[in-house]
Order: sequence, then structure tokens, then C-alpha cells
Amino acid sequence: MAAVKQTVEHVASLEKYKHGFVTDIEQDFAPKGLNADIVRFISAKKNEPQWMLDWRLDAFERWLAMDEPDWAKVSFPRIDYQDSHYYAAPKEKVGINSLDEVDPDILETYKKLGIPLREQEVLAGVIGSPRYAVDAVFDSVSVVTTFKKELAQVGVIFCSMSEAIREHPELVKQYLGSVVPVSDNYFACLNAAVFSDGSFVYVPPGVRCPMELSTYFRINAENSGQFERTLIIADRQAYVSYLEGCTAPMRDENQLHAAVVELVTMDDAEIKYSTVQNWYPGDPETGKGGIYNFVTKRADCRGDRSKVSWTQVETGSSITWKYPSCILRGEGSSGEFYSIAITNGRQQADTGTKMIHLGANTRSRIISKGISAGKSSNTYRGLVSAHPKAKGARNFTQCDSLLIGKHCAAHTVPYIEARNGHSKFEHEATTTRLSEDQLFYAMQRGLSQEEAVQLLVNGFVKEVLQELPMEFAVEAQKLVAISLEGSVG
Amino acid sequence: MLSVSNLHATVGETEILKGLSIDVPAGEVHAIMGPNGAGKSTLSYVLTGRPGYEVTSGTVTLDGEDLLPMAPNERAAKGLFLSFQYPLEIPGVPALTFIRTALNAQLKARGEPEIAAPAFLRLARAKAAELKIDFEMLKRALNVGFSGGEKKRMEIFQMAMLSPRFLILDETDSGLDIDALRIVSDGVNALRSPERAMLVITHYQRLLDYIKPDRVHVLAGGRIVASGGPELALELERDGYDKYARAA
Repeated sequence: MAAVKQTVEHVASLEKYKHGFVTDIEQDFAPKGLNADIVRFISAKKNEPQWMLDWRLDAFERWLAMDEPDWAKVSFPRIDYQDSHYYAAPKEKVGINSLDEVDPDILETYKKLGIPLREQEVLAGVIGSPRYAVDAVFDSVSVVTTFKKELAQVGVIFCSMSEAIREHPELVKQYLGSVVPVSDNYFACLNAAVFSDGSFVYVPPGVRCPMELSTYFRINAENSGQFERTLIIADRQAYVSYLEGCTAPMRDENQLHAAVVELVTMDDAEIKYSTVQNWYPGDPETGKGGIYNFVTKRADCRGDRSKVSWTQVETGSSITWKYPSCILRGEGSSGEFYSIAITNGRQQADTGTKMIHLGANTRSRIISKGISAGKSSNTYRGLVSAHPKAKGARNFTQCDSLLIGKHCAAHTVPYIEARNGHSKFEHEATTTRLSEDQLFYAMQRGLSQEEAVQLLVNGFVKEVLQELPMEFAVEAQKLVAISLEGSVG
Repeated sequence: MLSVSNLHATVGETEILKGLSIDVPAGEVHAIMGPNGAGKSTLSYVLTGRPGYEVTSGTVTLDGEDLLPMAPNERAAKGLFLSFQYPLEIPGVPALTFIRTALNAQLKARGEPEIAAPAFLRLARAKAAELKIDFEMLKRALNVGFSGGEKKRMEIFQMAMLSPRFLILDETDSGLDIDALRIVSDGVNALRSPERAMLVITHYQRLLDYIKPDRVHVLAGGRIVASGGPELALELERDGYDKYARAA
């Protein structure tokens, strides 16, 4: 096992996290701690209407009565919820109208991360290359959203959640919390009380959103959590493809990221939601620091023949607790979940999906690829259920795990419930170790060990990578390589 | 070309090669025959630098260059190619992608320019046609779901594409029917040239009817115990390895 051992050692020795820098900038903080006054503080900072504050306070009351869940296959010291800032924002951010008013340090941060915030920079790209609009969220606030005007011309609303609450209260009231109820779970409930910013998207009936939408989340402040809230609605026959990316500085203390994402699709609508998650994973040796990524993502396929597709590439975070799910309510609606979850060092991931078949002839498909290296633990947890009315429901699930080295673990925990006699569920699972034989075979043909590992891993995750929008697939492929063996860069 | 002198090698605690010496000059094809467990496959792995096969003493040089300190991919870049007895499956990686990545890695290591996609595809089409390989098969994941014969043919295809200088064929005839054997042998013979040399490892004389060796060596007990012309293979076919196994 010499070659694998070398790979594992090589992986351990890498300074692989490239986004670990801190932006030195003056920030507004809420005082540390969590109580009703902090909730009022956040709401006031955002100039929210009374109904929103009431909603938050109600959530906070409920949260106080809840217990932190402990069923996931992850372990971490108890979180002291009073030892964190629940609001952090760059100073002078009130009512920015153009990019020139944004703090240059923040612009520089996004430039370093390779996120185009200037529309002309995007436009200046290769002719015919797909364009995408960006909402940039820095700690607790959205600093800028691009291409808003152009999107508005076709009726697409793309803005920060704070803005949506002020400008489109009727839509927010109608849909917020309608997919993930306030007290759905401990972390979602906490989010409902203290959520800061996130993206809001509404695509009107019959509109195919003319460009990719994306949100880039950056945690910068120390001792703070990020609680973003995203809501995307695709009305009848609408289509939108959305991507989120996330990074954070390298810090010794753990930071909590408890997001809620709600998707709603009406008749014949489709949402494609992709995530490339690269939060700081913590120190690979000691496990110190890193982001706790406790996220609730759910889609409600309300309309008949509507469709939601989740694609996620999870490479960062010290702990991931996340199950992007689909409620297949509309007749003939379908849900897809494509996932690559990579754990290395001391990372722990418990991730998967829930496909809840409520309507007749609903379909779902799950392709999960877990890769464990170092001393990490990687669990797939998934639920597929068919309710009595979901006659003709179909699911196909494939869960593959790849182990690199001897000290990592992979677990698969599928739950399958069929409550009618007319459903067809298939589940396939494999666990393999990156084989010494394959590595040698590739090296005999001329590939270096790093190239060989990269090629084999890319082969393993290919089915999922090809679900990502083209320009992000290339990035994700690089990220996969960096996370595992640093041969890129 | 390839020169192996007094080679000792162990796998784990067990010594498998016990003072093996052989010289294969450029332009020649040498066959190595021997009973099961004689160390035939070990020799092919030691020459190509497989981890876990430890050389305890002796030398291996290719055109005077010491191969032993080199990693497997460095040896490949020097022109060493092993056609595996049991080719590995590479899920998710199309055969063409695999071979192109390998070829470019070798070219890069030798300081030569990488091959452009159109030139690569032209070459691949030509070689596939010669080996009667359906081009569509090259778009599938390498060796995944291929039959034993298809895998062997794919080894020879890779060999033709990578154009190595020293070829080692490990039991290339096993699993091949007569038609496939002829196609594979034609592919190998097409690579014979004054600049290249080959080591053909085989159990049976059958393959040597198609790939005619200049010399035949008998490997038993981790050493070459007899060498001769092509007639030696016929003698082994008739009398078996008993005599040599005892001598070892």
C-alpha cells in the first residue's frame, strides 16, 4: 500500500485551503449573545416591517423550547450559542446604489475569490460564453447584486432577501416558511429568528431566466455565524438555474453556518440548484477550527409536472449536516439529487436527501458519491418515501463510497418507506477503496501518482460533475482535485 | 537495450527472484517461459517498478540507464510498457481520455510537445481499425464491462498508441480465441523494429507461433535456468517444465 500511503501523507501535508485569507475591514457587530433584543437589533438593522419582526420573535420563542438534534453521525463539543455574534456587516453599507460605493476591500475580496461583480467584466468574457448574475453576501449582508436591471426586463426578481422583504412583501409573506416551517428543526428555527441575508428569486409564469443566477457567500468576521435565508420561486412553466458558492477564512474557532433554502415550483416549472461548498474545513491534523455547516434545504414541487434538481459538491466545512430534499406534491413532479461529498483530514459529513412522494406518478433520482480520506467520516443518509396517494411513484438511488487510505470511514444509511403497493424503488450501493492496482496500472502508462489519483477520482464523480453548469463543472473538478491531493496549483 | 543482472527481489518476506540475469538487445524478441510460481509475473512487475516488489540486489538498465530508482511513470516515459495479464477497470474514465492523458504525461516528461486533439483522434482511429476495435468502444470507460479478449486487445491498442521502446507482454494470449490471438499478434508484430525490443512472458508455446522469438529463456525458481533458440519452446511444449523445475 506504499503509493496510497504516500498519497495520504501528501494530502495531510498540504496547505490546500486557498480561500483562508481575512479581509481587514471595519464592521458593525451585534453584541455577542442571543436573546429577543438581538433579534430586534437584527430586524431594526434591516429596516424590517413589524410583521417580519413578529415572525422572527415567534421563531425565537419556539427555538428556546427546542433541543439540539443528536441523531447525526457527527460529534462535536456543545455549541455555546451565547458566545457568538449574530450580526456582522461591513460599515457604511446603507443604501448602496452602484458598485463604486462598495468598499474597495470587499471588491478586492471577491476579485481574489474569482467572483465577477462588475457586469462589464462578465460581458467582456468570451463571446457566447454563458453569463451569470451574482448576489454577493458578505457575513450578514448582501453587498451587491448584478444584472438586476436586465433581469427585471423579463420580470425576474433577483435581489437580497432584505430587499425582498421591503420591496416585495406580498411574495415573501406568501412563500417564506411555506416549505421549511419555522419550527421544522432546531437549526432552521434558529435561522428563522436571526437570519441575516440571502437571495430572493422570483421567476414569473412562462419565463425562462435568461442567465445563471448565483450567490456567493463569504464569512469574514471572527466569532460570528452566518444565517442566510434563500427563497426561490419558479411560477408556472418558469425555469431558473441557480448556483451558490461559499468560502471562509481559516480560523481556530468553529463558526456556525445555519442556512435555510426554500424552493417552490408551480405547474411545469423547473429549478436547478447547484452548490459548490468550500467552507474552511478546519486543521487537517488537529481538527481545530472550521465551519459547522448545519443547513436545511428543501424544495416543494407544488405544481403538476414540476421539477427540482439539487446538485451539490461538498468539499469544505469541518462538519456538514445537510439533506437537500424534495416534496413531490404535484402529480407527475420529479426530484433529483446529485451529490459529491468529500471529507479529508478530520472532517465529518452526514449528508443526503429526502424524496417525499405525495403525488401520483412522481419520480425521483438520487446519485450520491462520497469520498473519504485522511481520518474523516462520511455518511450518506437518505429517505425515500411514498405516501398512499403516490401511486406509480418511482425512485432510483445509487450511493457509491470511495475510501482513500486506512483511517477514514464511510457509512450509508438509507430509509425506504412505501405506503402503497404501486411504487417502484431501486437502491444500489457500493463501497470501494481506491485500489493500489488501479494506481499502478495508470502509473505504468505514464501518469504521475497525483495525476492517477485525480483521474480515478474524477472518473468516480463524473456522473455528478456533468450535472453542474459547464463553467462551474470545471471549477468543481479542480476543487475535487485540490481537496484530495493538491496537485492543482 | 534491456539488461538485467543478478536480480534478487522479494515480495513481503519471500524472495521470488533469486539472481536473475537476462539481456535483450534492440531489435530482438525474447520469450520467457516457465511453470506456475516461477516468478514470471514478478519479473514484469519488478521491471516496471510496482510498489511492494522490493529489489534487494542486482541491476536493471535500459540503454545503460539505471531503471531501479525510477517511479513507474518515469520508467513508462523512458519507453517501458507492460501489457497486463489482468488489465484493470477504470470506471468513469473513457478509454480515449485515459490514453490521451497517459500519452501527454509521457510526452511532457520527455520534454516533447503534447499531442493536439485532432492528431490524437486520427491516430486512434487508424490504430483502432488495425486492431479491429470498434471506435465507439473507446468512448466507454476503460475496460469496464469488457470481455477478457477485449481487455487484451485494449492493452495492445494502448501499446500502439503509446509507441513504447521496450514491450513486456505478460500472458497476453490467455483468454484469447484464435481469431483474437491473430489480431493481437499482428498488432504486436507491427511494432517490431530495429529500435524496439520485447519480452514475451507466456505459459504456452502457442503464442510463439504468432510472435516469433529470437531467443527463448526458461524461468524456474526465480532464475533463468536455460536459454536457446525458438526450438527450446517446442521442446518445452513436448516435454514440459519438469526437468527445469527440478534443476531449479
